[in-house]
Amino acid sequence: MANADCIILMGGNMAEAHPVGFQWVSEALAKGAKMIHVDPRFTRTSAVATKHVSIRAGSDVVFLGGLINHMISNELYFHDYVVAFTNAATLVSEDFRDTEDLGGLFSGFDPETGKYDPSTWAYADPAGGTVTGPSGEEHGASASARAAGHEYGSGGPPLEHASVLRDETLQHPRTVFQVLKRHFSRYTPEMVRDMCGISIDDFEYVARTIAESSGRERTTCFGYATGWTQHTLGAQFIRTAAVLQLLMGNVGRPGSGIMALRGHASIQGSTDIPTLFNLLPGYLPMPSVGRHDSYREYVDSIGSKQQKGYWAYAETYVVNLLKAWWGEAATAENDWAYDYLPRLSGAHGTYQTTADMRDGKVEGYFVLGQNPAVGSANGRQQRLAMAQLKWLVVRDLNMIESATWWKDGPEIESGELRTEDIATEVFFMPAATHVEKAGSFTQTQRMLQWRHQAVQPPGQAQSELDFFHELGVRIRARLAGSTDPRDRPLLDLTWDYPPDAHGNPDPEAVLAEINGYVVDDRAPLSAYTEMKADGTTAGGCWIYTGVYADGRNQAARRVPQGGGGVTQSEWGWVWPADRRILYNRASADRDGKPWSERKAYMSWDDAQGRWVGPDNVDFPVDKHPHARPDPSLGGAEGLAGDDPFVMQADGKGWLYTPKGLVDGPLPAHYEAAESPVRNALYAQQQAPARVLLARSDNMEAPSAGEPGADVYPYVFTTYRLTEHHTAGGMSRWSPYLAELQPEMFCEVSPELAAERGLVNGGWATIVSPRAAIEARVLVTDRIRSLTINGREVQQVGLPYHWGVGSDAVVTGDAANDLLGVMMDPNTQIQESKVASCDVIAGRRPRGADLQRLVASYQQRAGTTPETGTRAVTDPEKEGF
Amino acid sequence: MEQPPRKGFFTDTSICIGCKACEVACKEWNHNPRDGDLELTGMSYDNTVSLGASTWRHVAFVEQGRDAIAAARTSGRALVSLGMPSVGAPASAVPAPDVAPPDTPEFRWLMASDVCKHCTHAGCLDVCPTGALFRTEFGTVVIQPDVCNGCGTCVAGCPFGVVERRSDGTAAPTYREGHRKGEQPPVPKRGVAQKCTLCYDRLLDDETPACAKTCPTTSIKFGDHTSMVASARERVAELHAQGMTEARLYGANELDGVGGTGSVFLLLDEPEVYGLPPDPRVCTADLPTMYKRAGVAMAGMVAAAAVAFWKGR
Repeated sequence: MANADCIILMGGNMAEAHPVGFQWVSEALAKGAKMIHVDPRFTRTSAVATKHVSIRAGSDVVFLGGLINHMISNELYFHDYVVAFTNAATLVSEDFRDTEDLGGLFSGFDPETGKYDPSTWAYADPAGGTVTGPSGEEHGASASARAAGHEYGSGGPPLEHASVLRDETLQHPRTVFQVLKRHFSRYTPEMVRDMCGISIDDFEYVARTIAESSGRERTTCFGYATGWTQHTLGAQFIRTAAVLQLLMGNVGRPGSGIMALRGHASIQGSTDIPTLFNLLPGYLPMPSVGRHDSYREYVDSIGSKQQKGYWAYAETYVVNLLKAWWGEAATAENDWAYDYLPRLSGAHGTYQTTADMRDGKVEGYFVLGQNPAVGSANGRQQRLAMAQLKWLVVRDLNMIESATWWKDGPEIESGELRTEDIATEVFFMPAATHVEKAGSFTQTQRMLQWRHQAVQPPGQAQSELDFFHELGVRIRARLAGSTDPRDRPLLDLTWDYPPDAHGNPDPEAVLAEINGYVVDDRAPLSAYTEMKADGTTAGGCWIYTGVYADGRNQAARRVPQGGGGVTQSEWGWVWPADRRILYNRASADRDGKPWSERKAYMSWDDAQGRWVGPDNVDFPVDKHPHARPDPSLGGAEGLAGDDPFVMQADGKGWLYTPKGLVDGPLPAHYEAAESPVRNALYAQQQAPARVLLARSDNMEAPSAGEPGADVYPYVFTTYRLTEHHTAGGMSRWSPYLAELQPEMFCEVSPELAAERGLVNGGWATIVSPRAAIEARVLVTDRIRSLTINGREVQQVGLPYHWGVGSDAVVTGDAANDLLGVMMDPNTQIQESKVASCDVIAGRRPRGADLQRLVASYQQRAGTTPETGTRAVTDPEKEGF
Repeated sequence: MEQPPRKGFFTDTSICIGCKACEVACKEWNHNPRDGDLELTGMSYDNTVSLGASTWRHVAFVEQGRDAIAAARTSGRALVSLGMPSVGAPASAVPAPDVAPPDTPEFRWLMASDVCKHCTHAGCLDVCPTGALFRTEFGTVVIQPDVCNGCGTCVAGCPFGVVERRSDGTAAPTYREGHRKGEQPPVPKRGVAQKCTLCYDRLLDDETPACAKTCPTTSIKFGDHTSMVASARERVAELHAQGMTEARLYGANELDGVGGTGSVFLLLDEPEVYGLPPDPRVCTADLPTMYKRAGVAMAGMVAAAAVAFWKGR
């Protein structure tokens, strides 16, 4: 980021939520870069931005789509990069129909399941027909249920092979480029003005700045956070930025890219080595019943051996993982103990599990490193669900609300729950803090940084490693001698970590296992390319191989300034292969020469016959830029010298996604699940493939055009402040942080304050179809009333750090109680950034009157569990 | 031992992101308790309000509309013509950045981390009757809590309102046996005057003060006072060259009423906007004149008495 000429921060509030990482933005600014912050609020990021642009929450695809249209129609895109490195020239199937042809939907929509059959989106096959996946096309309903979008954390989806039709003149009507051009033609500056509330002047300023800061000599970088992910079409928000960045040649070069600003110290680590229901380490999918019944079906579906790049070796990564977990019990004869892995039988994300819990289908629950009573959407549903459990284990630093809701939660006060009626047995286990344990954090840049233990944890507090190791030891002791085959996976686990000086498992031994080793002599592997699929090597997470190269903890490197080079290569370790910039072959042109002196990074050296530069090249190091092997060779051999996107099945950056997304091959703007605004782009109002949990404890507000929409007339958005950490478990118990933001508040514009009689410093009650909460009022010009389609739209800002309890230094109502659970079908992430509410002056009712207030709003709006659940808005216009 | 050079801060508010890490790091290092009553002030994101006995760094948040911004630019431009560092292009190896003056934005949000000024002529130090206040070898001004008798003279002696007596306090985050987490041991050093020590204990170990060390954007810089003043002058010239005439320095003028301050600031508006006095003056500045006048008066009285006696004879 420090090398960018222009930084666009959007869908995030980097200075406030990532103040330490923001030093790189500060450095870029000091070097003369521009930074534009596009956000519904004027935040601490806007305060130091070159320019702040106010946008209506949830309309980002319109704005970014407008930029794409602007760059294409004014021929401002980076032509040579686009032709050489992206799939712009690739031909799409004859059967594909765009939203332009179908009134707002793509071809393949199935109104029965509310999901797409993506088969018509595929590339055209030179041999006729389409290029499908290695095991055919998976229907969107099944892909969505396992949140398959998460699999692409380290590369694209598989294709059966990499032979495609290309027209590098970009003129063929079925080239991706022409499809893209038609698709975004309706995203005009006027549409941006009417849907986003952004003036044409401001739009043109941003377009001009990006265009001037892209191309051979300059690069533009994007940064986003949960302001993009937490929407019913969140993945498509990011896709729109990816399309724009590829068009402008801003991927794989210094100061380019799209930075996912991760929200916690190691949230990147927790997707790499996942805490998600649907993933195994290194972005291998969790097997599903029916789809992955045999080992062969499973490995074939992850990556085809005929596709290009390093996902063609998926089987190697699977074998190494199974070998690391089950050691000698994993053999070629038993398919490396593949059948020890559990199988998914449907969507088991946090929200479906909560619904099942509430319905009595879940007995026990571990709450670790989270505070769902405060931090999850629809908090009341969360707490009522936990009240149905037999047992609940909470491991945390403090006695968080998720551990005390049974005695001091909002439902106890309202009388909905009585402590003596709750049968849940709650265990609280004190957790060690980050200074009381050693281990690694993986941050936004995919960098692992090792922390050493400073002090022993106090009292009974334990690290996660110690806790789970001991839990495993105890369970295995209980099962010892069992002959039941269902106990084999536990009994055969490699569970032999050497103890440290305090008798706890040595965290470096775990890192060595993750890194991988030769089975015979435990010699550490230094690169994932050394992994074998024959059981002679084992490794817990293939993308992390190299972090323990030479038997040395590479993540613990801490040479000041990273050693002085531009890549700061002696600080920490970056996956994969300690590569600081991904896809960096794209930093050189088709012939392997730097695009410009100013942005030189990796380049081909004819004399040495290899790629050279300050980084580890993200490409076969000795592959000539003019190499044009037969793509059917597959794997790294199949990559052409101009295929920089080595984790994509065809080696190209995808402007158009023929496969992998379940809600469309191109981004299209739809309104949030709850919105007071009609979609002016298409007849389709909401994201058609969004995931809903239609239940009486998760009601939805009517949207624009439906009766009752004016009962919840305002848009609210939730967010974080610098002073607190997420649901407050680490900050509301610290007096130093608590005093800096002591009370829950809402931020409103002076116009809304006048409309509802709110005064600065006074109280307001915010009502949604799920809950009503109270907050102190900040009336501020930082929140703007926006003119959308000729009508004023008011937005309400709500930080979500406070919760109702009695143990923290500061407490308050939880903003997330207001949210419903409506989710993105690719990722199963909830829409927390846009929802509908009403605001009234004064404090909320107490006791049973609180639920009466919520119910009276629901009645006035005519809300039922069916409200807002229609998949197709206007079947006639949309061809059904 | 050789006298080390005078140390100080340069706080560049133009790159402050208001994260308040300086406030927290200061409290943690100095074991200062929480203060305030844990209520929202309604003053933008400022819930600390001012410097005090337990708050030695304070971040101010000021929200301004177009008119206030235009006024700040105009008043800044007037200062430039009054002999503030002149407008000139900054030396830079970066390809020519766009230096066209930005349009006056519709809105801005100023953030500024305030701290003890460690004045060249320190009023607090001058008036302290017990010798609890002293000037360190680093040219900073520090209170010795074990010497202070809590008389409070220094509180009135500070032209910036920095010094305060700690009358009460509540909590500091530590974990002790017998204490609930978040609930704290008794507050130390009650009743005595307190203020920033410029981390005297850290300076002795050649360490950067906690606030500067933690600042993620280098808004708070620490170093030799002369080089701090020099970089402050460079920075203000750079901003002027970009058309930001609202930028001005505070405390960098050794001819001001306190002889210049050890902590210099780059501000983007009049000092009053940030709650700083526009023309601070050490309370003892007038002592010589006062002594002179008192002397004249005394001489007059002596003379009058003498005359009275002489006449009475």
